[in-house]
Amino acid sequence: MTTPAPVRPDDAPPRETKPRALEAILFPAFTAGILVAVWHAAVLLSHTEIFPSPLAVARGVAELARKGVLVTYVRDSLVRVAAGYSIALVLGIPAGIALGWYSGAARALNPVIQLLRPISPLAWIPVAIVLFGVTNVAAIFLIFLASFFPIVVATMNGVRNVPSMFLHAGRNFGLSAPALFSRVIFPAALPRVLTGLRVALGVAWIVVVAAEMIAVNSGLGYLVIDSRNAGKRYDLVIAAMLLIGLIGLVLNLLVGQVERLRAVRWGFNVP
Amino acid sequence: MTDKTAVKVRIQDLSKAFHTNGHEIRVLEDIDLEVRNGELVCILGPSGCGKSTLLNIVGGFLPASSGEVTIDGLPVREPDPRRIFVFQERGVFPWLTVEGNIGFGISDLPPKEKAARIAHYVRLVGLEGFESAYPQELSGGMKQRVEVARALAVNPDVLYLDEPFGALDSITRLVMRSELLRIWEAERKTILFVTHDIEESCQLADRIVVLSARPASIRRVVEVDMPHPRDLSSPRYLALRDSILEEIGLAHRI
Repeated sequence: MTTPAPVRPDDAPPRETKPRALEAILFPAFTAGILVAVWHAAVLLSHTEIFPSPLAVARGVAELARKGVLVTYVRDSLVRVAAGYSIALVLGIPAGIALGWYSGAARALNPVIQLLRPISPLAWIPVAIVLFGVTNVAAIFLIFLASFFPIVVATMNGVRNVPSMFLHAGRNFGLSAPALFSRVIFPAALPRVLTGLRVALGVAWIVVVAAEMIAVNSGLGYLVIDSRNAGKRYDLVIAAMLLIGLIGLVLNLLVGQVERLRAVRWGFNVP
Repeated sequence: MTDKTAVKVRIQDLSKAFHTNGHEIRVLEDIDLEVRNGELVCILGPSGCGKSTLLNIVGGFLPASSGEVTIDGLPVREPDPRRIFVFQERGVFPWLTVEGNIGFGISDLPPKEKAARIAHYVRLVGLEGFESAYPQELSGGMKQRVEVARALAVNPDVLYLDEPFGALDSITRLVMRSELLRIWEAERKTILFVTHDIEESCQLADRIVVLSARPASIRRVVEVDMPHPRDLSSPRYLALRDSILEEIGLAHRI
């Protein structure tokens, strides 16, 4: 059964046409194919002994899978990101809301945040090791730090930039402070918060690799450094790198789906 | 029946000044006005004269520097759901559907009653078929309808309209004015309508309050003794419009 679509008014903005699904897959696949071909040719023509060919990398991935470390390492990296990111989310969103709402708190704390924010999470590695040793906790702490600041700042800005007209309307309809918050401020700030969450996840995924190179003995970052150190296995190094890129891409696509939800879509330019 | 002659909104000796960087900017001076129950009063003035400030004070969003606003004899201190302020269409909540917006102020009602009230106002403003559309899928005029319906759904006795059709194109604006009159005739709310558009005030108002430039004071209150629908090319209408043009000091030749 079909329901008739509502008639659209003449002056409503036209809906953008979606790119065809086939193109969305074929075009990137084509580009990737060319890159792999260039890579392969470059390895052949340069007669390099060190840099692996695409085929060698594929065999490397197969070898990792056979040894069983492929799944374990991917899982370990993902678990660390999930842990550090979740803590950042649980602490960062309330902190951002408080800073956005109470201008006094923002005045007191914002300079500190702005001071800490530009410090690369990698600079914290020695501190993390002093505090937590060469452990999983150190890695999770670094991921937490990396994702905490983007989340706090985005949430703070989101709350601060809620148009006063929405607050006016909410107060006019007699909302109590908690209701004003949950029914106006939070939904109005949500698109910016989601943008912060997306940025934070990207940074977290970058940092987990660095953290695993130093602080732990498993995960994709460890795989990169261990493959190099134990026998200069550059096929495995490149394999790990590609896996990192691929998983990062998938994570970003997943968070991107949240932005398509109808209640937040107004804040993004998605068709 | 409500008493048509009873005073609903009374503004007494109202003045407002803002202080910035040690300077005092006087915005409103000695405004005295009575609005009767069910009356549609247009407050007309040039851009930046302080008419929106006046409406914000009457709505309880801003304190007065001196003087008082009373509604039904009680002083106004804060916003109140019995009096709803309608902005330009940017005031609709983009995260809610048409239904969600219209039902925003009546979440305390039992679900059945709420649904019936929403359906009633969807029909009144002519948005059938768009109940589950989001504002970004609607045109400017439709968003404005949503906002008016959201205001009416809480059954307020006064509506404050702050240049509500200012962002719409001129054709949609005309349509919206006649829609507003139709709704006003159906619901008989007291309406304070702020505008800088002389034609708009002549088309809508029972009375037009002409404000001066800043600091705004009332220059003249014009009774418009013309029934709706008004003929926009009748001599009476044109005479009214010209007298206000003259009052504001504008030549009517371009």
